[in-house]
Amino acid sequence: MRCGDFKESYIKDERIFQSFFVKFWLALFIIFLVLIPFVADAYILYVANLIGFSIIGAVGLNILTGYTGQISLGHAAFMGVGGYAAAILMTRLNFSFWLALPCAGLVAALAGLVIGIPSLRVKGLYLCMATLAAQFIFEFIFIHWESMTQGIRGINVPSPVLGNFPLDTEKRFYFLTLFMVFLAVGFARNLVRSRVGRAFVAIRDRDLAAEIMGISLFRYKLTAFAISSFYAGVAGALWVSFMRIVTPDHFPFHLSIQYLAMVIVGGLGSVLGSIFGAIFMVMTPELLNALSSALSKMIPDVGQLFIPMKEVVFGALIVLFLIFEPLGLAEIWRRIKAFFLLWPFSY
Amino acid sequence: MNSFSRDGIGNLCFVSQHVQLYEQIDLCLLNMEIFLQIIITGIATGGVYGLIALGFVLIFKATGILNLATGAFMTLGAYICLTVLSQLGAPFWLAFLCTLGFAIILGIVLERIILRPLIGEPIISVVMVTIGLSSILQGLTHLIWSPDFRSFPEIFPPEPLDLGIAIVPSGLLWGFIFAAVATVIFILIFKLTRTGVAMRATASDQQAALSMGISVRWVFALSWSYGAVAAVIGGIVIGNISGISIYLGDIGLKVLAVIILGGLDSIGGAILGGLIIGVLENLAGLYLDPIFGGGVKDVAPFFILVLIIMIRPYGLFGKKIIERV
Repeated sequence: MRCGDFKESYIKDERIFQSFFVKFWLALFIIFLVLIPFVADAYILYVANLIGFSIIGAVGLNILTGYTGQISLGHAAFMGVGGYAAAILMTRLNFSFWLALPCAGLVAALAGLVIGIPSLRVKGLYLCMATLAAQFIFEFIFIHWESMTQGIRGINVPSPVLGNFPLDTEKRFYFLTLFMVFLAVGFARNLVRSRVGRAFVAIRDRDLAAEIMGISLFRYKLTAFAISSFYAGVAGALWVSFMRIVTPDHFPFHLSIQYLAMVIVGGLGSVLGSIFGAIFMVMTPELLNALSSALSKMIPDVGQLFIPMKEVVFGALIVLFLIFEPLGLAEIWRRIKAFFLLWPFSY
Repeated sequence: MNSFSRDGIGNLCFVSQHVQLYEQIDLCLLNMEIFLQIIITGIATGGVYGLIALGFVLIFKATGILNLATGAFMTLGAYICLTVLSQLGAPFWLAFLCTLGFAIILGIVLERIILRPLIGEPIISVVMVTIGLSSILQGLTHLIWSPDFRSFPEIFPPEPLDLGIAIVPSGLLWGFIFAAVATVIFILIFKLTRTGVAMRATASDQQAALSMGISVRWVFALSWSYGAVAAVIGGIVIGNISGISIYLGDIGLKVLAVIILGGLDSIGGAILGGLIIGVLENLAGLYLDPIFGGGVKDVAPFFILVLIIMIRPYGLFGKKIIERV
């Protein structure tokens, strides 16, 4: 029986897979994820894809907000930049999807660098408002730069093709999403224990102290903005090629808030938390949806109540988590693990 | 579904459409007149912005919280006023007072159950909790009243005011008068009454205020209810001008530009900032809309916001304590 976790060096402490059991269960979980599409129906796979995009976006936002402490109310705008970049590259310049995807990330990262510039001068509430303004300015550009974005009609995006195998169904796209989620999470998990990640945390905890210790705020803040926007751009590009259309309506202010909510509900400064948060925030409306369609057999008008109820539940989740569990689902998960780790002699 | 919500104040849109029509008839003769008309419209809108900005500033000054739920407060207030008016058949002044009473209670209750547990938490928590609150209130408004567009019954005489140089539509005129009176009353309360002094003391130094026997908790609750009152008056005024829908509160975000321009903690700045933004956004709408194909008016405040944050983040009159990195 295990009676605790003992580490004798920092390297062991920093290890991602801390024991054989972690590796074992993770391997099992991955096999499960790969097998899902062979048993699940199209709707479940549709939701799974959405969760995948959300995980990529939420992990990106967590790098910026959770680890570096820079609040961004404009994450959806960067997803939009990525989505539009991918769509335009694929339809106008006939890029293949595999080239357009990283390019979309890079374009979004560039936009992130520009928006990140105010963060060098102001922080806290002021940065919050600067990113909020960026969100609305980008929305305006998506709608009104008609020669590029085709305005509110949007652009039709082709499905990605692997060899001569088009990824045009939920099931086929799922594998792409799964692969990208692994890449994104793996990179983020390694980033936060690297030199760069530690610099991010130092900036979050006290920027002046970080600067004194020789961390260049200029460089690392902009790096955080760029990485976070790169994630957003990739998530946006994946999303629009999954939906096969991109319109300005895909990236409203509300989506930015939703990503912040994922990060907060999941747990600020935790990669695992972003995953939990993304799953939770995507599943909740879908469950409400299922509930309302089940109820509507008994009460006919309940469908109309669904949209406002979703909003109320969404807001209530944010408020309740902030008041009662500020560290989010990641902390709940840690407590559950700690309970079973030393069970039955935990105290 | 967003067409009217994005315009915020419908009448202005109407005016500028007229303006564009006139432009084609006789550009040279009417240019000056259009310009003046736009300035007057801008000032009238700006008065309303100033009032809503005051709601932000009152809360920020005392508690250091930026209340992003202001828009939801506005919508809720407008609906409540409308319901008391049309369902209960009450006269306007009674409905107005009912709404104010509701706002006071709402402010105190929200401060107690939601904001107080978060005192001392990082900024992101406080900002997000007001956003969450906004979502809850908006959802509830949507649940109770259907999302259909409604208009207020006619409360004010419909004749527009002819200033000689320009015509002010009745809704805007009365909206401006309402906003101006409310603003003056708020300033008088703030400057002259005992509670006003307590609020100012808390704003300048919480520890000192506590040691002088001021109940800082009570001041927090009070500033939230004052903030809510300012927001619902703004909501009623805008509801009167352009009708009520659940998107009425979208203006609340535009007002962020006003408070940044005026300085987050300056009451005078909020009012002047409101007038400046009101005029600038209407001018931008007039001159830039033909170039960008519409919608400039709604995004112009955000451009201004970014500019101010880059150049002078503490605004025109704000305290220069903002920490630079």
